[in-house]
Amino acid sequence: MPDLLIELFSEEIPARMQAKAADDLKKLITDGLVDAGLTYGAAQAFSTPRRLALAVDGLTAESPTVREERKGPRTDAPEKAIEGFLRGAGVSRDDLEVRDDKKGQVYFAKIEKPGRSAAVIVAETLEKTIRNFPWAKSMRWGTGAMRWVRPLHSIVCILSDEAGVETVPVSIEGIHSSDVTKGHRFMGPEAFRVVGFDDYATKLKRSKVILSADERAETIWHDATNMAFAAGLEVVDDKGLLKEVAGLVEWPVVLMGKIDDEFLELPPEVLQTSMKEHQKFFSVRNPKTSRIERFITVANRETADNGATILAGNQKVLSARLADAKFFWENDLRIANGQKMQPWLDSLANVTFHNKLGSQRARIARISALSRKLSVVTGVDADLAAQAADIAKADLSSEMIYEFPELQGLMGRYYAAAAGFPSEAAAACEEHYQPLGPSDNVPDQPVSATVALADKLDTLTGFWTIGEKPTGSKDPFALRRAALGVIRIILANDLRLSLDHFIDNQLLTHEIAIRRSNGDAKDLSALENTLDEIADHGVFGAAFRLVLEKFDGNDDAPDVSEGSVLRTVGDQLPDASTDLLAFFHDRLKVYLRDQGVRHDIIDACLAMPGYDDLALLVRRATALSETLHTDDGENLIQAFKRANNILTQAEEKDGVEYSYGADVKFAESDEERALFEALDTAEKAIAPAMESEDFSSAMASMAALRAPADAFFEAVQINSDNKVIRRNRLNLLSRIRQICLSVADLTKIEG
Amino acid sequence: MSQAASKPRSFQEIILRLQNYWAEKGCAILQPYDMEVGAGTFHPATTLRSLGSKNWAAAYVQPSRRPTDGRYGENPNRLQHYYQYQVLIKPSPPELQELYLGSLAAIGIDMDLHDIRFVEDDWESPTLGAWGLGWEVWCDGMEVSQFTYFQQVGGHDCHPVSGELTYGLERLAMYVLGVDHVMDMPYNNPQTPIALSYGDVFRQTEQEYSRWNFDVANTDVLLKQFEEAEAECGKILSLEHIDPKTGKHIIMVHPAYDQCIKASHLFNLLDARGVISVTERQAYIGRVRALAKQCADAFVMTEAGGASVNEATA
Repeated sequence: MPDLLIELFSEEIPARMQAKAADDLKKLITDGLVDAGLTYGAAQAFSTPRRLALAVDGLTAESPTVREERKGPRTDAPEKAIEGFLRGAGVSRDDLEVRDDKKGQVYFAKIEKPGRSAAVIVAETLEKTIRNFPWAKSMRWGTGAMRWVRPLHSIVCILSDEAGVETVPVSIEGIHSSDVTKGHRFMGPEAFRVVGFDDYATKLKRSKVILSADERAETIWHDATNMAFAAGLEVVDDKGLLKEVAGLVEWPVVLMGKIDDEFLELPPEVLQTSMKEHQKFFSVRNPKTSRIERFITVANRETADNGATILAGNQKVLSARLADAKFFWENDLRIANGQKMQPWLDSLANVTFHNKLGSQRARIARISALSRKLSVVTGVDADLAAQAADIAKADLSSEMIYEFPELQGLMGRYYAAAAGFPSEAAAACEEHYQPLGPSDNVPDQPVSATVALADKLDTLTGFWTIGEKPTGSKDPFALRRAALGVIRIILANDLRLSLDHFIDNQLLTHEIAIRRSNGDAKDLSALENTLDEIADHGVFGAAFRLVLEKFDGNDDAPDVSEGSVLRTVGDQLPDASTDLLAFFHDRLKVYLRDQGVRHDIIDACLAMPGYDDLALLVRRATALSETLHTDDGENLIQAFKRANNILTQAEEKDGVEYSYGADVKFAESDEERALFEALDTAEKAIAPAMESEDFSSAMASMAALRAPADAFFEAVQINSDNKVIRRNRLNLLSRIRQICLSVADLTKIEG
Repeated sequence: MSQAASKPRSFQEIILRLQNYWAEKGCAILQPYDMEVGAGTFHPATTLRSLGSKNWAAAYVQPSRRPTDGRYGENPNRLQHYYQYQVLIKPSPPELQELYLGSLAAIGIDMDLHDIRFVEDDWESPTLGAWGLGWEVWCDGMEVSQFTYFQQVGGHDCHPVSGELTYGLERLAMYVLGVDHVMDMPYNNPQTPIALSYGDVFRQTEQEYSRWNFDVANTDVLLKQFEEAEAECGKILSLEHIDPKTGKHIIMVHPAYDQCIKASHLFNLLDARGVISVTERQAYIGRVRALAKQCADAFVMTEAGGASVNEATA
């Protein structure tokens, strides 16, 4: 059982690609070996900046012989057919056997594929893997045609067992495999031979290379935290940075340096971002003051002066960087303090948001107007909401954001506070971008939530207006994330709004803006009137009809003929609106599925009034889901379905609708009478509960019907010979149906 | 690993050592191109010579201009006019990293004391329609060079691949010489009777150009010149390849490419004057790229571009 060791030694592999490359190497090689008939015990892959390595233990020495029998043509088949068969099976005529078959005498070929040695299979698999490696970005070099992430220099490929070590010969573009590798570029450049994985890892360490990325990361974190602790400080946790830095060094040496006092007044996020993005430094914080006072850098070597030269150099670079940051910060503060950020807002008029959707400035104006309208829903002062929206993106023009785009919003908050805006408006600068992902915070400050909602709704309706919807895996404008953001903000803050109303409002706003910028001013006033009417009439359709009616019969009536602006908008906007709401419902289903609510439950609730009131919808769905998890609830569904089926069939057969008039005086059995009583009780309880949106108790009351309904079905034959009694019972079933359907459309529930 | 040489004393000594080092390694030491360019890559010895099948090895200093980086000579690290040292070797030799590290040793960087790192940085020039993969090279956390394997130039795949090294000379020299402000850097040997600092040579020009670049340059003239350069480039390349006077086959790639360089620099000047909006910016870049592409297309039809004479006449 030999062990396999592979090392692909190259020029520096980008840190962010190393872990995946190691995984890919492991998968491609082990899959290839297994496909070729080998088995193995365990496999482990490693990466450093200059190498990918793979160790496979307990490989079988050869693949098994495979025997196969193949049925061919009849012996009297045309010569051509027989020759074709021989070619296909790869055998000669002497190897054929003749057997009797139903149709006569038929040739059979016995094909034997002899096993192959592990070395042959490994060589073949490795070559194929190298030639087809899934690098995100790869390159050619010199005169070659081969691609690798950076020039590939050498290949170690050895099989070792008790008997000894064998180099598996692989040759690609002039690189010949061997058992020789090198250590650290500067501290262990001499070549050495290896006989197996343990030997390899040991000799590498002697040559100042830690093979395992995890071990390098642990070393870095251990040394960094110890060093900070000794100085009474703490390292700011950053897993992503740790992983990246571990991919930049083969022999990590941790060094801690000071940040010049003149920079300590910068916002900590600026220090942190500048140090991380440009220099890959960790931030070191004073827990007493929460200030970032030092930095940790990780060098790739030991030096005779214990890193003094390296640290001094790094410190110098940092000071130059921070001098830049400080320069930006001070310039920005001047504009924030002195001019309330106005020059930034003005210059956003020259920044395109999207070439069909206008400038950032126009976008801000739309978000501001929508924030004002949404303030009724979120219960905030309309002027404050609009003001927050007006300044929420001002920092996009600041020098700091030009340099560090990832600080957008956060700097806005600092600058808005410096400019003396209310703290709610300043907070909205940062929080209106939230939630940025499924695990990011949802803004819970009402002003921030208002602007965040307006921002996302404006984006969604904008891209819906210009027909840039997400398709398949393509979602370049992150619209799914925006829709999920809207959903989470509404639910987390329990906001009650008719989404339809705001979608229509904003779709029409975009429509007007686009037509105006295209110089297409005709009939815009009718659309603007419609926009005003939406506020009073809820949705586009009603408002639009009202506006058109006003013109009815007038001489100046706008053109509504086929192809006119009004007709086009009137036809298309409702479709876009329906489509966008359906998109929200889809995202909602995905979101609730993760919370354990089934999609059919949401469908059952979507059929009820208030389907565009997401908070209400979810409350209903959650209550239904909980009810269906109870024994009574689950069984009641069966009773409902039974009642519904019987009724539907009877109604179809009789051509009438049984919907009213069940009378207890025709009841024959106790069970029947009990059901009447239970339905009365349920009805009395459910109506007011629904009225007050107390879905849990409404559904509990509904579920309480389970026992009497079951007993009824058990004891009573619906199709009585007595027509009066039959009709009475069908009307009774109808009451069950009506009560159940008043809570949710249970016909949508599966199973 | 090569032994580090003694510490150089001046900016020019660093340049001279690089020249000597790369001359010893077999590069033709060229002189700066006599036009305003944004980076050493624009020199035809890089842009054009990285195209086609012919081998090439050249090194040179290239004065480079980035109007938007002007700071009136006050910023310790930023200049609107600075020097790049550029090396281009085609095909890229397998030991290019070692050769590069040797050049650092030659200018006095002791590898035993410093931390040299190759950090991913993919290079792309939208105006040249060019890209490559490589690194920025860090010395103690400071970027001292750009190291790129050219993959595409002017829209053409590079075959063979050139290895390109670009040293930001001021920054590198400031670090080697231990100077904090570029203007304080010794330009010649500080022990000579007439010792000159970088500031003695360039402070005044930085001020003059910063003012001109940002506030004075006549944008109408610049715009007109841009249009003219663009038109001229296309015209030069559209002419018959057979010269009617001599009857020789002459494609005028370099004169056309000069117009492309001009257009590119004019665009940079317009950008510094702030008259190009974000949307227009992309369009201008696209126009310069179109010129670069036409020049590249023409170059590969010439002898220097690797075309055989027969093919070129065909």
